[in-house]
Amino acid sequence: MPREDYEAVMGLEVHAELSTKTKIFCSCKTTFGAEPNTQVCPICMAMPGTLPVLNEKVVEYAVKAGLATDCEIARDSKNDRKNYFYPDLPKSYQISQYDKPLCEHGKIEIETSNGKKVIGITRIHIEEDAGKLNHDEFSGGSLVDLNRAGVPLIEIVSEPDLRTTEEVEAYLKKLKSILEYIEVSDCKMQEGSFRADVNVSVRKKGDSNFGTRTEMKNMNSFRSITRAIEYEIDRQIDVIENGGKVDQETLRWDEVSGKTFSMRDKEDAKDYRYFPDPDLVAIKLSEEYIENIKNSLPELPESRKQRYLEEYKLSEKDANIITSSKYLSDLFEKAIEICNNPKAVNNWIISDISRILNEKEMEPNEIPFKFNELGKLVILIDKGTISSSIGKKILEELFENPKDPEQIIKEKGWIQISDETQIKEVVKKILEANPQSIADYKAGKDRALGFLVGQAMKETKGKANPKMLNQMFLEELKK
Amino acid sequence: MDITNLTVHELQEKIKNKELTSREIVEAYNNKIEQKETEIQAFVTILGKEALEKAKEVDTKRANGEELGEFAGIPIGVKDNICTKGIKTTCSSKMLENFVSPYDATVMKKINAEHIITLGKLNMDEFAMGGSTEHSYFKTTKNPYNLNKVPGGSSGGSAAAVAAGMVPWALGSDTGGSIRQPASFCGVVGLKPTYGLVSRYGLVAFASSLDQIGPITKDVYDSALLLNIITGHDKKDTTSVEKGQIDYTKCLKNDVKGLKIGVPKEFFGEGINKEVKESLEKAIEKYKELGAIVEEISLDVAKYSLATYYIIACAEASSNLGRFDGIRYGHRAKEFSNLKELYKKSRSEGFGSEVKRRIILGTYVLSSGYYDAYYKKAQQVRTLVMQEFEKAFEKYDVILTPTSPTVAFDIGAKSNNPLEMYLSDICTVSVNIAGLPGISIPCGVDSQGMPIGMQLIGNKFCEETILNAAYTFEQEVKFRDNHKPKFKK
Repeated sequence: MPREDYEAVMGLEVHAELSTKTKIFCSCKTTFGAEPNTQVCPICMAMPGTLPVLNEKVVEYAVKAGLATDCEIARDSKNDRKNYFYPDLPKSYQISQYDKPLCEHGKIEIETSNGKKVIGITRIHIEEDAGKLNHDEFSGGSLVDLNRAGVPLIEIVSEPDLRTTEEVEAYLKKLKSILEYIEVSDCKMQEGSFRADVNVSVRKKGDSNFGTRTEMKNMNSFRSITRAIEYEIDRQIDVIENGGKVDQETLRWDEVSGKTFSMRDKEDAKDYRYFPDPDLVAIKLSEEYIENIKNSLPELPESRKQRYLEEYKLSEKDANIITSSKYLSDLFEKAIEICNNPKAVNNWIISDISRILNEKEMEPNEIPFKFNELGKLVILIDKGTISSSIGKKILEELFENPKDPEQIIKEKGWIQISDETQIKEVVKKILEANPQSIADYKAGKDRALGFLVGQAMKETKGKANPKMLNQMFLEELKK
Repeated sequence: MDITNLTVHELQEKIKNKELTSREIVEAYNNKIEQKETEIQAFVTILGKEALEKAKEVDTKRANGEELGEFAGIPIGVKDNICTKGIKTTCSSKMLENFVSPYDATVMKKINAEHIITLGKLNMDEFAMGGSTEHSYFKTTKNPYNLNKVPGGSSGGSAAAVAAGMVPWALGSDTGGSIRQPASFCGVVGLKPTYGLVSRYGLVAFASSLDQIGPITKDVYDSALLLNIITGHDKKDTTSVEKGQIDYTKCLKNDVKGLKIGVPKEFFGEGINKEVKESLEKAIEKYKELGAIVEEISLDVAKYSLATYYIIACAEASSNLGRFDGIRYGHRAKEFSNLKELYKKSRSEGFGSEVKRRIILGTYVLSSGYYDAYYKKAQQVRTLVMQEFEKAFEKYDVILTPTSPTVAFDIGAKSNNPLEMYLSDICTVSVNIAGLPGISIPCGVDSQGMPIGMQLIGNKFCEETILNAAYTFEQEVKFRDNHKPKFKK
């Protein structure tokens, strides 16, 4: 059966670290990157006799995430223990939520080249992160770092509604942007504060039953998620095409080889022996509590997008790109406050800023300059102090060495030439050198004008005022 | 005057009147420990000189006119599953043989804040699992009334030490009867407070939904005094409850007129020793004489309590004891070739047979496919037990039962028969299952001179009611005046 006759089915389990100041069950800090075992205490090290106390902020953040994804919020919830042995899990159980998650039955709308689609959210629950094992080069063994043990997480489980890698990526980006907007997680994939496990299965198109799924872990970028899924879909189809059966198992994605590997054999089939944690009291949420959180939710990407379409007349595509990141969206709105030119700011973000981010493989929140620099850049162009091609150079400079654009112009000597005599000289010089273009223009080829202006810009290293150039060339050509 | 015969409230009086210094008291106890420890084997750690130094400090401070509070300089013994900063906390297990806690349990902070002096850490069944203290990795504690008998357990070291005069009072912990049953076997007073009255922070967990720390004392007044010190909401234990500051000695009115006592017939049926039953019946008559209204009642579901208890307690224990994995602290096997073997060997070597038995049982009842039949069902029965007690307390103030169906048994008599050992908890476990307060006080001795305990159970947070009922009985019967441990060999 040809590959096109297969359909992939994906469901995602996303773990997002919550950006609370302290851990979920003790008052240790959650700062990333500290020296090993410096953010620990008897509780998160699981010393005998210690007890967990639930950080109320964790509940608040999870409820926020639930409300922002259209979930129903449980009035009555609890914490459960998930029991298993591993050196990064000091209590030998993870405090999580089993049958009464805080949030259930939500949804997120995504948009792909095939249009809009609603992806169901099965549940969102709170749990604690585990520590980390570091390989010890001296002994060849492993050393345990418990700084991350007890950092609060929410696990967001989607319905198996995703069919393509494009949808998966759109879903993850949308989810990430929502969590960023409501400021519950910084969602830094490279620091592991936004991680996704992907469940993948394949079936014949038209089948109503799902195939056997595998779960893939250890992908830490959108690119590796896409690669891993594509690899795994192909692998499963190959297995079936060769008359085999897909095993239900957990796979580890290896970025270097570009392959998935089985993480554990079937003999180790996990029984986590979930049961309610007797050290923690039930979580009871009042209507008032939930209402208060609902009222405190900031504007979400969907609503911002609508506003951009109406207020600033952005195209749907541009509005999508800008609102996909809270950082970009904030940059957009604040820069407009400074320069009052939404169209220009939109163009900068959509074209040049996006391009540079791509080239540098940076996340929007890593943009080194601020909204006022972008705003000023637009003003300088609008006032005619610089040309837009100089503007591009300034933007590059802002990424390298962010400072006031005016300062950059002064330092680099990039002020636009708007002196009529100077420009006239350049125009004459270019016309003399390009008689053919004059003939072309007169023969009705308007493109020749563009060529001449381009040559003049080149001559002045982009500093000539393009409007004046245009006007003067026209005047000369009409003579 | 034998200082070690005095109760804490008597010691307080003598300190106040400058008849005794803290140093004299601690010296007397240190001497008594030195004298008796070889036969009783109550201690895992003896602090001796260290305690004496503290006593001297208290005396100096007091001489300098510092206000130290009414308990300053009084010594105490602490069960070895309560974390003490800088002092070993072993849980009487090889697993924690050399473990020193980096922090003090909340109750220890309260004890230390009162300048009460810890004499040492007391022996117990390993991780509080057992009813005879025979399951200690280090030693078997003996019953001061008869050295061939067990002191009960798991707080056997605490009860024996108090009975033998090696400590004036002690802290124990009670998950299914571990304070009350040894108190009963050793002829002393043991109180298990309502679940949530005393912080569990720093008590090495056995079964989190059942564990409570409580006092083991010579008399009821001391029990109220120690309760005054250790109760109170703790931010570090979300299951602890805010009840405000109560002075539990204020309720000791020596009057039970009109008190309604229910006597559940199920606790006097099959399996109960005849002499225990007779002693209890006499106690019931005494209450009637004192003006209490005593009626027979039925607590039908209580008979399911033991099974329910062993399922819930073992389930929680199997998870609570997972942290003893040889990774961060505690025993680690010397040789292992991989992670799995490190776990297996460390835990196989570090835990004793009773602990292993309960971990296996608990793991089983939580396993997928068995959860509903065991753990879930046990939780449902637990609710029924609670409801039945609630109903009983609509009519009665106190429920009276034996503490244990028998007196202390011979060392070794039940150690090879776990089920028979578990039956020793039959009268006490339902109190933990329902989260209620229960006190055991001596009500007599059998023909061999072994103490018999009476259990008084109260409604939630009604410690005052059972303390007064116990106190009134004690004032009438004066057990301590008539019975002393004989250290019979």
